[in-house]
Amino acid sequence: MTKQTDSVKWMTIGEAGLTMILAATVFLSIIAAAKAEDTAYAFHVTLAGFASLASIFVILNRYFGRGDLPPQEIGGRPNYNFGPIKFAAAASVFWGIAGFTVGLLIAMQLAWPDLNFNLPWTSFGRLRPLHTSAVVFAFGGNGLIATSFFVVQKTCRARLAGDLSPWFVVLGYNFFIVIAGTGYLLGVTQSKEYAEPEWYADLWLTIVWVTYLLVFLMTLVKRKEPHIFVANWFYLAFIVTIAVLHLGNNPALPVSVFGSKSYVAWGGVQDAMFQWWYGHNAVGFFLTAGFLAIMYYFIPKRAERPVYSYRLSIVHFWAIIFLYIWAGPHHLHYSALPDWTQTLGMTFSIMLWMPSWGGMINGLMTLSGAWDKLRTDPVLRMLVVSVAFYGMATFEGPLMSIKVVNSLSHYTDWTIGHVHSGALGWVGFVSFGALYCLVPWLWNRKGLYSLKLVEWHFWIATLGIVLYISAMWVSGILQGLMWRAYTSLGFLEYSFIESVEAMHPFYIIRAAGGGLFLIGALIMAWNLWMTVRVGEAEEGALSTPGATLQPAE
Amino acid sequence: MRAILTVENFASNLVLTFWTPVFVGIFIAILTYALWPRNKAMFDAASRQPLRED
Repeated sequence: MTKQTDSVKWMTIGEAGLTMILAATVFLSIIAAAKAEDTAYAFHVTLAGFASLASIFVILNRYFGRGDLPPQEIGGRPNYNFGPIKFAAAASVFWGIAGFTVGLLIAMQLAWPDLNFNLPWTSFGRLRPLHTSAVVFAFGGNGLIATSFFVVQKTCRARLAGDLSPWFVVLGYNFFIVIAGTGYLLGVTQSKEYAEPEWYADLWLTIVWVTYLLVFLMTLVKRKEPHIFVANWFYLAFIVTIAVLHLGNNPALPVSVFGSKSYVAWGGVQDAMFQWWYGHNAVGFFLTAGFLAIMYYFIPKRAERPVYSYRLSIVHFWAIIFLYIWAGPHHLHYSALPDWTQTLGMTFSIMLWMPSWGGMINGLMTLSGAWDKLRTDPVLRMLVVSVAFYGMATFEGPLMSIKVVNSLSHYTDWTIGHVHSGALGWVGFVSFGALYCLVPWLWNRKGLYSLKLVEWHFWIATLGIVLYISAMWVSGILQGLMWRAYTSLGFLEYSFIESVEAMHPFYIIRAAGGGLFLIGALIMAWNLWMTVRVGEAEEGALSTPGATLQPAE
Repeated sequence: MRAILTVENFASNLVLTFWTPVFVGIFIAILTYALWPRNKAMFDAASRQPLRED
């Protein structure tokens, strides 16, 4: 404890406790690295050691440099904590571009297999989970953490709970991303789609996620507003359900605590069912509930109109919660899963159509009285078009879950097209719209550097999505029809390789669409960077610079 | 073979038999809350929550 001139400064319990835990982690990492049974594990524990050491330095450095902790309020107004949100927003842009680039590379690998470079690290099988995790968990996840921390503070009129814990959530989550991503490249995977990270990464994510839940909950507890705004309900459902899904799908026994390989606690059809219970609800609660929270805050805010029907938002929320959790088995049609389970999954998927469209209508109709803004404000247009894509993807999903439709679509590119109309159109656009709103608010700017560039981003990316999904529809249905075509003698009409050959032009169109989407994101990154660098400062700021916790990077 | 009645399978039968009406009941209660006329004023205020600046 350092003595200052006239008063004694104490470390907080968080500072002292975290420093000790991190110091223990450094020693454990050294031991684990020395005893490591495979290279990837050695690499990861070494990274953990260095990250812990760096964190100790940052915490102590901040402690010696700081006066009192930031106050909860300044001049009767909440002293919002924007530092971790800025980091997460920047990380979202960075990982988005990384994820889209890897996506473009693997799309080109399908068209031109030489681009595998004959190296293990750049093979399709390793880069594909890198792409999906980078866009879903890194780009989307950082966007959700950033917006949830922003929205919960603003709608509760309270500073984010915790001092170091919001930083722990943001940095810890990004460390998980690094471990997961580098693991895939090194061949570390438990081979569960969207749950590829091995046991030690899963354990780390559990710690980070529980902290996230606590920070969010405790901020709600501190709220000055009596009513908990609907966006917070969606965020909370996202955080709680992801915790349950993660714990439910990942119980595994490591072969050794000093190695990366583990075996799942249950095998066979139970594992498949758990996996797709997890997988579909990752779509339902990560890629839907979380981003619906963004819709319910950012569209009213940007359009300057109230939520169209608050009642509908409550019904929308609970209907989604009640129905989504049962839809997973539609991923396992015509498999070893009991037939009634498949029918159950199909039925609930069809029922989901209604609440999904209820939510879409609620988002779109929030523009009542402000439709003219679609012409003048490309950011609002991006947000609204995302909701239209949400409507499209949530119509297509139930359609594809019908068993006879699925018998044509399953294992074909139609599924890839469907996922991307949701991912690029809905999740991508609503995140871009939120980032375009958030960056000027966080960095205290009057507006974006250039709305013209947002126009370019919007149209280039829209064109990219249209190319992508239409190519995948055509190729998917073509593929499905070729696989089931019989000759008059009852033989299969096409060999598998003939169907692969038929895909080639569509793979090129798809890669072109992905390339356009990436160009749009690069334009956004430049625009946001310039907004922060040269944007005009806002008078009577939302934030209070100097009083807030500054980024510790 | 007749199943032996134990506390566990009695409880699981109860849940399996009644979860549908229970969940439907909870959902109807939520609908009632959402559509209750007296709650309208609170919901109208809540729908403007993002617009209020501090």
